[in-house]
Parts: sequence; structure tokens; C-alpha cells
Amino acid sequence: MSKLIVENLTRVFPGVKGRAPVTALQPTTLTIGDNDFVTILGPSGCGKSTLLRMIAGLDRPTAGTIRLDGRIITGPGPDRGMVFQSYTLFPWLTVEQNIAFGLSEKGMPESQQKEIVAAYVDKVGLRGFEHHWPKQLSGGMQQRTAIARALANDPAILLLDEPFGALDNQTRALMQELLLGIWEREKKTVLFVTHDIEEAIFIASRCLVMSARPGRIKADVPIDLPHPRHYTLKTSPEFSDFKARLTEEIRAEAVLAATH
Amino acid sequence: MRPLEPVSPGRKIALGISFFVLFFAGWGVATFGGFVPKIFLADPLTMITDGWKLLTQFGFLSDIGVTIWRVVGGFVLAALIAVPLGVLMGAYKPVEAFLEPFVSFARYLPASAFVPLLILWAGLGEAQKLLVIFIGSVFQIILMVAVVVGNTRRDLVEAAYTLGSGDGSVVRRVLIPMNAPEIAEILRLVLGWAWTYVIVAELIGSSSGIGHMIIDSQALMATGQIIFGIIVIGVIGLVSDYLFKLINARLFPWRLA
Ligand SMILES: Nc1ncnc2c1ncn2[C@@H]1O[C@H](COP(=O)(O)OP(=O)(O)OP(=O)(O)O)[C@@H](O)[C@H]1O
Ligand SMILES: [Mg+2]
Repeated sequence: MSKLIVENLTRVFPGVKGRAPVTALQPTTLTIGDNDFVTILGPSGCGKSTLLRMIAGLDRPTAGTIRLDGRIITGPGPDRGMVFQSYTLFPWLTVEQNIAFGLSEKGMPESQQKEIVAAYVDKVGLRGFEHHWPKQLSGGMQQRTAIARALANDPAILLLDEPFGALDNQTRALMQELLLGIWEREKKTVLFVTHDIEEAIFIASRCLVMSARPGRIKADVPIDLPHPRHYTLKTSPEFSDFKARLTEEIRAEAVLAATH
Repeated sequence: MRPLEPVSPGRKIALGISFFVLFFAGWGVATFGGFVPKIFLADPLTMITDGWKLLTQFGFLSDIGVTIWRVVGGFVLAALIAVPLGVLMGAYKPVEAFLEPFVSFARYLPASAFVPLLILWAGLGEAQKLLVIFIGSVFQIILMVAVVVGNTRRDLVEAAYTLGSGDGSVVRRVLIPMNAPEIAEILRLVLGWAWTYVIVAELIGSSSGIGHMIIDSQALMATGQIIFGIIVIGVIGLVSDYLFKLINARLFPWRLA
């Protein structure tokens, strides 16, 4: 069953001070199935964030429609959880209060909130840090909290915009396994933007490759590697095949983007 | 000295105090040494004895009380009106477009120039004193709060929306708590300015307060008393500033963490 249906979605930013308008996203059509883990891979500036922000309802499309569970999206809402590339925890709230933010927004009773928060604190491995402020956490811990905050709301789809982009390689690998583990256990629908090829393969059940700006989807690659996945998968021959293929796809675009 | 390198707390206090010591020493040399005539500037000892007389014989403590009440009264009134308005202006751009030009204009009107007008309108009573401080503070607070709230990190606001916040909820649960420490800092700053307005208000047509004592002392050429009055204002300012900082640190521990 398809969960998210994007039809002819287009975004043109008007030119400022007489400059030509910027087409960030060419008419794009895509469908995301229920419980899919889809990664969007593309060079910098190709419109990945723009696409994700429109799905989140934070940006208005110039043309086209987005449907989630059949309903047309017109603005942001708790049915689409989002994890941003920048650290967006609320600095005046503790880890626990951050995770509970969406729950209290729903008017859920405190006791029930506590239960859900405790469960997610465990899932993202932050036991012992519940009462810390974001300032006291490392980047990886902040993003884990942000993931827990988005998931605690039980969104229909989880949107992630390069959530591990600012992390070092080791932490990034651990975070991938953590997110993958949660997905394997709970089967959420996930849309994950990245420009890291290995990341795009390792966590995905399907990978969409975007062209250089103005962006469009140029390849749709099912990643039929078996689950549960272990980090050793990254050194397997099947993984290397995917990597070679996607590297080829993306290289042409990166060259284009660099010479633009 | 390395740029931006912090000093230890002990050294910080010692350095702060040593300035006052130097200041009083310089003052002492200028007056006791006979470099400045007594008529223009009393020496530190005269100042202290004059001050003591003021406090014990002339009921200066009640003057201090009256002045503090005026500052705090006018300032609290201004803050009660200005903070919500400033938040609204920062959060909602049409409100800003409506009010900003007028507030920016009104901000440059010197509060002290209103004193004669306010005496006409409100007489010589307390209402007039409070109004001077109110006028001097309210526009400043509105504008500064609006700027701070308007500059709230957009990504935090967006994060709140994706977590299910509505528009009102974004104001209540993001814009206000995020900027509360900054708003408190603005209030601390403006309270300092309010002190200058109160003295001006008391210099003209007043029968009590620190400013009234100062103008009375001028008639008597009692420079010791004048200086004592000024120093009292400084000390009160120092104390209130310290209290404000202490309360802020208590209220917003997440900033220091
Ligand atoms: N608010 C805006 N106004 C004008 N142009 C914009 C705006 N936001 C994005 N763009 C343009 O749209 C294009 C796509 O931007 P977008 O942020 O979606 O890229 P991206 O694929 O997420 O890149 P990165 O990987 O570097 O994050 C860019 O060329 C950018 O200059
Ligand atoms: Mg981006």
C-alpha cells in the first residue's frame, strides 16, 4: 500500500532583486509504500531539503500535490515527524521534556507521557541523561534525542534531513545501526535524505537518486539486502555492487553540480 | 594578557574592588591636597559624615524608599505592558508593521522633556513621577523585546510545528521560553535607565526622594550630601543589578549548563 504519494511536485524560488528565479525541484512524482525505508541520495544543492520540507509542510510547493494516507498536505502536522540536520532540541527543556514535547501538545495525560518517554529514552540509549539539558549532550546524543522526540509522537511517516551529517564517521555508523534497529523492530515509514552513498544503501529498503540542480529523481534502486543488517554487511560483495552502481549514478551529477 | 581568557573569581573581585580604592584615593588626593576648592567638591570624609547626618537626622532613608518605590512602580507598569506587546510584535509581523514605526519614533522622545507636560497633566503627585519612568522605559522595552523575539531561531519554530504545535502554542511554548533570559536581560538594562529618569522627575517639583534631596543640597552648597546621594543611587543600582543576575541564573539554569 502506498503511504505517501507525491505528484508533479515543483518548487521555484522567486529571484531576488531582478535575478532569475531558481528552480530547486523539477516536477517530481514518487510514491512511498507503507513501512518502506527510503533514502534520497543526491549532490549538494539538488533540492533534497526542499523536497523534504514540502512534505513536512514547512515550505509551499509551486505546483503539484502531496498526499499522506490519501489526505492532501497543506501545512505541518504531527503526522509527519522531522529530524533536521541542525541541532533543534529546545535548549530550555531537558532530554525528557524534549521527547515529551509533542505528547503534551496532544494533551496526553502526564503518566502516559512518562511511560512513552521512558520507553524512547531506552530505545535511543539515553538512560541516565533524561535530566540533562541539550547543551550538556554531544552531537550524537542530541540527534538521538531528536529522533526519539519525533518517534514518540508516533508519526505516520518519519522525515530525516541528513540527521547524521555533522557527526564523525564512527558515531554516524552507530547512529545508522540504531535507526535501522528501531525500524526493523517497529516498521515505520521513513524518508531519509543523505549525500552519503554507504549510508543510503545500508539503512534503506529503497534508494532514490536525484539529479543535480534543478533536481529530479533519476534512479529508483530497490536495496534488497537481507534484514536484520549488521555493520559487517558494508564489506560484503553485494553491498559493494550497490555502492559501485550508485557511485556511478551520483558521480555524473556531482560533476554537473560542481561545474554549474 | 591573552584575549578572552577568563580570570579566576578571586582575582575578579580583587580587581573590581581595587578600582574603587583607586577612585577614592584619587578623590582624597584632589580634595585633601587642596587641588580642588571645598565649595565645588567635598572630600570623602565630609561626604561620609554628611551622609551619616542625612540618614540619622534628616530621614534620608525614607527618601531612598520613596525613590525606589517610584522606580520599581513605574518600571513594573512599563514591563507589564511592554513585554506582552513586544512579544506580539516580534511574533506577528502585521502587529509589528502597525506599531513599529510609532514605537521607534516614541523611543527617541526624551522622557525628561515630558516632565513639565506631565506636571500639567498629572500634577505634582506620585502619578506624574511614575509616568515619567513609564514613558522612559515602555518604548525601549517593547522594541528590544520585539527584536529578540523576531530573531528566534527558525528551525526551532519549525521543529515545534512538526511536533504538532499550533500558532498560539509556538508563541507560548517556543518563542517565550526561548527568549525569556534575553527578555530578563533587557529588563535589567532598562531598569538601569529608569534610575536616571526618576532623578530627573524628582529634581523638579518634588518634596521627597533622592533627587529632591540633591536639589535641596545644591541650594545649601552641601556638595558632600549631593555626592552621598549620587553614591547611594550607584550602590542601589549595583545591588539591583546583582539581584537581577542572581534571579536570572536561578530562573534559567539551562543557559549556564
Ligand atoms: N529559501 C530559498 N530561497 C531561494 N533559493 C533557495 C531557498 N532554499 C533553497 N534554495 C535553492 O534551492 C536549491 C536546492 O536547495 P536545497 O537546500 O533543497 O538543497 P539540498 O539538496 O538539500 O542541498 P544540501 O545537500 O547541500 O543540503 C539550492 O540551489 C538553493 O540555492
Ligand atoms: Mg539540505
